Amino acid sequence: MSIFETIIQPDTFDVLIKIGIILLKIVIVVAAAMLHVMYATYFERKSIGHMQVRLGPMEVGPHGVLQPIADGVKLFFKEDIIPADADKPVFYIAPVISLVAALSSLSVIPFFKGFVIANINIGLLFILAMSSLGAYGIIISGWASNSKYSFLGGLRSSAQVISYEIAMGLSLVGVMMMAGSLNISDIVNAQAAYPLRVYAIPQMLGFFVFMVAGIAETNRAPFDLPEAESELVAGYFVEYSGIRFAMFYLSEYIGMIVISLIAVVCFLGGWSGPFDIPYVPFAWLLLKVYFFIFFYYWIRATLPRYRYDQLMSLGWKLLIPLALLNIVITGIAKLML
Amino acid sequence: MPGKYIPSDYLPILIFLMVATAVGLGVLIAGSIFRLKRPYPEKLMPYESGNLPVGEPRYRFSVRFYIIAMLFVVFDVEAVFLYPWAVVFGSIGFYAFVEMMVFIVILVVGYVYAWKKEAFNWD
Repeated sequence: MSIFETIIQPDTFDVLIKIGIILLKIVIVVAAAMLHVMYATYFERKSIGHMQVRLGPMEVGPHGVLQPIADGVKLFFKEDIIPADADKPVFYIAPVISLVAALSSLSVIPFFKGFVIANINIGLLFILAMSSLGAYGIIISGWASNSKYSFLGGLRSSAQVISYEIAMGLSLVGVMMMAGSLNISDIVNAQAAYPLRVYAIPQMLGFFVFMVAGIAETNRAPFDLPEAESELVAGYFVEYSGIRFAMFYLSEYIGMIVISLIAVVCFLGGWSGPFDIPYVPFAWLLLKVYFFIFFYYWIRATLPRYRYDQLMSLGWKLLIPLALLNIVITGIAKLML
Repeated sequence: MPGKYIPSDYLPILIFLMVATAVGLGVLIAGSIFRLKRPYPEKLMPYESGNLPVGEPRYRFSVRFYIIAMLFVVFDVEAVFLYPWAVVFGSIGFYAFVEMMVFIVILVVGYVYAWKKEAFNWD
């Protein structure tokens, strides 16, 4: 019996309704994510502007609130330049891979009690797998552009992403040990049942490693070497313009939101908060995510960029031993209690 | 029923991937209808700080990248082995802990070796 037979066979109508509900959920989540990305860029420019005693965007609309829409329209109508020597099909597909890999992580994250697109038992593993796929977008675009800057940027970026992925994967093992599950809703529920309410306190070490690795994984400052504006111009997407550039930009910001979401559901108790806010079940989750997104900008405005050798030794010589130590400590603590 | 397992939990993910791909391709295709297209040879040259491109863009690169890639494979597999262990750790207890410590110690020996061989130094 093939999967299609099972879908069609029992009550086709019921199944169609089910698929309709799934589609509706997906459209809501994707639309909300896009809206958040648009205003995350505005918020970034505004907050960093104020941190540097500037005003940030002010022209389009009152206090520049329509700036993201103006940017989107501009990028949409901009000429799409494809270098003559580029590897065309690969060049075309790279931003789509990046975008799909970044978006798909959203499908297993519970936004509030009972609202998750796919409630699978290996949710966390799925997210890590998808963030690995993101590296393909980087490598492929760096290779296909046929430009020295994007080639170097792609190499640097992929080496960085895979190095920090190990630390990130290991830092989450402590959470899995405490919750005894890879299902993200289970992890959130286990935290609600836990006396301290959040895993960020017993898993301090893991939380620290996860945040550092998460910032490096999304190529954000102070680990934004792949796109170091001052040396590699823009890294792996130098040759991309217009809407394709926008797609890389979009996937970077979605990546940021996904890392913030994982930090919130794995370490800060997900949708639960000190008291319930009526009618808005996702209020706490959003508040925590906004905090993390602000944290990203805060760090960007505060810290200077790392050197490449420092970046590699931080990942391999500090974060991985710390993450392993965290696993051993969690194991001992769990046996003692 | 062996062989009859249908991963219906994963159907939403499949639909999600299709929607995400459709969004990506849809934006590209819609854009190609509206946007300008006025290419000329100088515009289609790869960017090289305003100079004419020199030599092959895909030249030889540092061997360090290969070493990092190999180390990544080793440690990523380790992380994947740790996941199922972490999930069942609570129900097996002490025995599982000792087993995993042996596994981690073996890997740490390799890790120390790589460190001493300066595989993590970038000079």
